[in-house]
Amino acid sequence: MNGARHDRLLAIGTPLLLVALWEVAVRTGILDARFFPPPSLVLVTLYELLASGTILKHTLTTVVRVLVGFGIGTAAGLGSGLILGTVQPLRAALEPTISALYVIPKVAILPLVMLVFGLGEASKIAIVAIATFFIVVINTTAAVVGVEPLYLEAGRAFGAKRLRMFRHILLPGALPVIVTGLRLALGTALIVVIAAEFVATQEGIGYFIWHAWNTLRPEEMFAGFIVIAMLGILSYAVIRWFGHRVMPWLEEDRPREGRIDHG
Amino acid sequence: MQPGEPYRCPPRAEESGRAAKKPISPMASKIVLKDVTKVFQTRARVVPALDRVSLEVADGEFVCVVGPSGCGKSTLLRILAGLVPQTSGEVVFNTGGSGKPLHSLVFQEYAIFPWKTVLQNVLFGLEMRGVPRAERETAAQAWIERVGLRGFADAYPRQLSGGMRQRVGIARAFVNDPEVLLMDEPMGALDAQTRLLLMDELLRLWEADRKTVVYITHDIEEAVLLGDRVVLMTARPGRPKATFTVPFARPRDIALMASPEFARLSYEIWEALRDEAIAAMAATA
Repeated sequence: MNGARHDRLLAIGTPLLLVALWEVAVRTGILDARFFPPPSLVLVTLYELLASGTILKHTLTTVVRVLVGFGIGTAAGLGSGLILGTVQPLRAALEPTISALYVIPKVAILPLVMLVFGLGEASKIAIVAIATFFIVVINTTAAVVGVEPLYLEAGRAFGAKRLRMFRHILLPGALPVIVTGLRLALGTALIVVIAAEFVATQEGIGYFIWHAWNTLRPEEMFAGFIVIAMLGILSYAVIRWFGHRVMPWLEEDRPREGRIDHG
Repeated sequence: MQPGEPYRCPPRAEESGRAAKKPISPMASKIVLKDVTKVFQTRARVVPALDRVSLEVADGEFVCVVGPSGCGKSTLLRILAGLVPQTSGEVVFNTGGSGKPLHSLVFQEYAIFPWKTVLQNVLFGLEMRGVPRAERETAAQAWIERVGLRGFADAYPRQLSGGMRQRVGIARAFVNDPEVLLMDEPMGALDAQTRLLLMDELLRLWEADRKTVVYITHDIEEAVLLGDRVVLMTARPGRPKATFTVPFARPRDIALMASPEFARLSYEIWEALRDEAIAAMAATA
């Protein structure tokens, strides 16, 4: 059997097996159905929620909050990071402060953000933007500073200066680490938005899960988990696609290298 | 700078008053280095890298600079390229006002830009100098063919072997048609067989228009095969210890390496280099 196909079968088969085991465990009473509803029930619930449009409405709200917040945070973080990466005195002045603020869990400042931005959309977007900003600015700064000096030297030797140096050498040299930063930031944005939606809102997947707990409907809670997982996978795929798009030179052109074909 | 006027690499600002006093006989050589000294100042200490290096390179001459590791030979090339300022001393290029770029550098093979295709890498210098698009692409394509990379114009460096990458590095410098070619251990990171192939190729390419070359290497045989003259540097701080004229006729090829004269000269240079290499090892230990 082909090695790659074998691996793919295992990758898909393992979670299917676990779900089947879960179903059996609930039906035989090993798992308590009040906390762990059987997967079949979760799927039916998810289907009903999709059909009624309830879960789509909440999902859309969350997605908009993430996109707007992530967009603002990324724009600010990229801009600041590129400037900090190129202007050393500015970096010396601001980097320690940024690093110190970065380590504060963003969920911890949610009450403050709600105090400043109120209970509406603004506070949800703001907390996502803040979380995104710190991750993007730190990674972008590090990316620019970390560009291989030999490339800068080669750029200078062939007459690149200022803007051209930036466009032809610094920016492409920094892109891989910048994109890694975006991936981390988007993942964190999802975590933060869900946490923010647990309080003082009537909409969003976070609220939906919280509400399911309040009304003791675990099957709806699990349906919410599935939606969040899908959002996570989707965001990862989007960043991956974006990475390939802006860095065609990193295209994986040698797939399955080093794999042994078992015939 | 006026056309025809010799180009002087400005030394560091505080030294310029002193350095400018002494005029140098112009037009005698393509490159004149006079008492070039470089001192690196770190927070903790002062590291002398080059000590009063004087050297003249004739028009069309291929000069190889050989020395133990850390002798400042790469620093010397960077001063020539204007990438770092000398602490004191003078560097003069006699250009003859051709309008060509002063110098182009060949670095080690991994210094080509991984985010640019072969074509984009090769035309980079032309692009920075504002050569029109069609013109620079034609010139770059021609050089891609000359270094044997036909069909790879749109490939990215990571899809190429080390030897192919360095062909890109060579084309990237040669395409500019500079007054002087500066090469910093261009074969340093290549395996022995690739190195032999590329040396042969470099000889062939150089033979076409015999540009002035300053070639840094730690490999004696490479220096003897390629150079008209081999300048031997001392251990740090580097200064020329001896100069060997390479008498072999041109055009040359790899077959020259099989001759007893080649081996004798290489060994002679090694004998002079050995003490410096030992000194360099002791210094790093």
